[in-house]
Amino acid sequence: MPFWWWLQKRVYFNFILRELTCVFVGVFAVLTLLQIQALANGPDAYAEFINRLRTPGLILFNSVGLAALLLHAVTWFKAVPTTITVRFRETRVPDHVIAGLHYVGWMVVSAVVAWFLWPS
Amino acid sequence: MAETIKLTVSRYRPEEESKPTFQTYDVPYNKEWVILDALNYVKDQLDGTLTFRWSCRMGVCGSCGMMVNGTPTLTCAVPLSDYVSSEPIRIEPLQFFPIIRDLVIDMNSFLGKLSSVKPWIIRDDEKPPVEGEYRQTPAELDVYKQFSMCINCMLCYSACPVVGLEPEFTGPAAIALAQRYNLDSRDQGAAERMAVLNEHDGMWGCTFVGECTNVCPKNVDPAGAIQLYKMASATDWFKSVLLPWGSKK
Repeated sequence: MPFWWWLQKRVYFNFILRELTCVFVGVFAVLTLLQIQALANGPDAYAEFINRLRTPGLILFNSVGLAALLLHAVTWFKAVPTTITVRFRETRVPDHVIAGLHYVGWMVVSAVVAWFLWPS
Repeated sequence: MAETIKLTVSRYRPEEESKPTFQTYDVPYNKEWVILDALNYVKDQLDGTLTFRWSCRMGVCGSCGMMVNGTPTLTCAVPLSDYVSSEPIRIEPLQFFPIIRDLVIDMNSFLGKLSSVKPWIIRDDEKPPVEGEYRQTPAELDVYKQFSMCINCMLCYSACPVVGLEPEFTGPAAIALAQRYNLDSRDQGAAERMAVLNEHDGMWGCTFVGECTNVCPKNVDPAGAIQLYKMASATDWFKSVLLPWGSKK
């Protein structure tokens, strides 16, 4: 197999893209932990952290990261019906229902997080 | 409308050449033909030395799988007309398999993998035939029917980059067939198969590229079968850790 095998087909390329975007999931998780740590260190530390987030470099990085994160989430939600088979009264629940429920769950969790974080 | 169409076919005659070469043939363009018909025209009318496998010509035997323009394809199932715009049509043996001659691959590795997952009904206690068959309802059949449609054409192996990178990987069709028997209400061999497929070269080798499902001519969805298998294995593991009495044996 040549090193560039993943460029031979769009499916292979999409697969590598999906896998690589998990790096941004990890980075975002670390960033959130640092944010919580700054919050625990008091208002000054938190304000400094937020100011650092507003620098152009980090805004660009977070924008790219958010796009990668959305791609990661959407591609996995698309794959979820393949990994979870649910039967209701001997009938298989359609794929779009399973995927749709995941999107609903995502929206609900996002709304709850936004509600906590939104400045009052 | 084209009167002839060009086929560029991979040739490998081990007594004459050390690696495959390509040979081009002009065959009549007939919109009723499938790729296999064009190859049979070459064999019958142009070059009797061209070697390839085929049998049923109706998508049942799984013999005539080849790479057509770089994609694993069952050549009896795709019309020649689909490829008119991409002439010449490049036909090669299934990738990731050793080549015996021309378009014929050595399938021994696949057969070994297939038998390793015990694709047959395993019973703890086999009842004598006089007691009749093991019956099941249509709903029980429906649970595994999709995975039972596999014709062992090996297209999924040729589509899977993991097979190319790690030739020992058990591979899509064998794992899908294992899952087919696990889901069969008459079978009691899931634990035996899990022991085989939980090993390094088993289900966990799959990285869920998904191309195996895309190329499957029978809509078996091997990628889905493997992911369901992983879910079952993970569930078993969690049960054995959290609920030692709840683990399936």
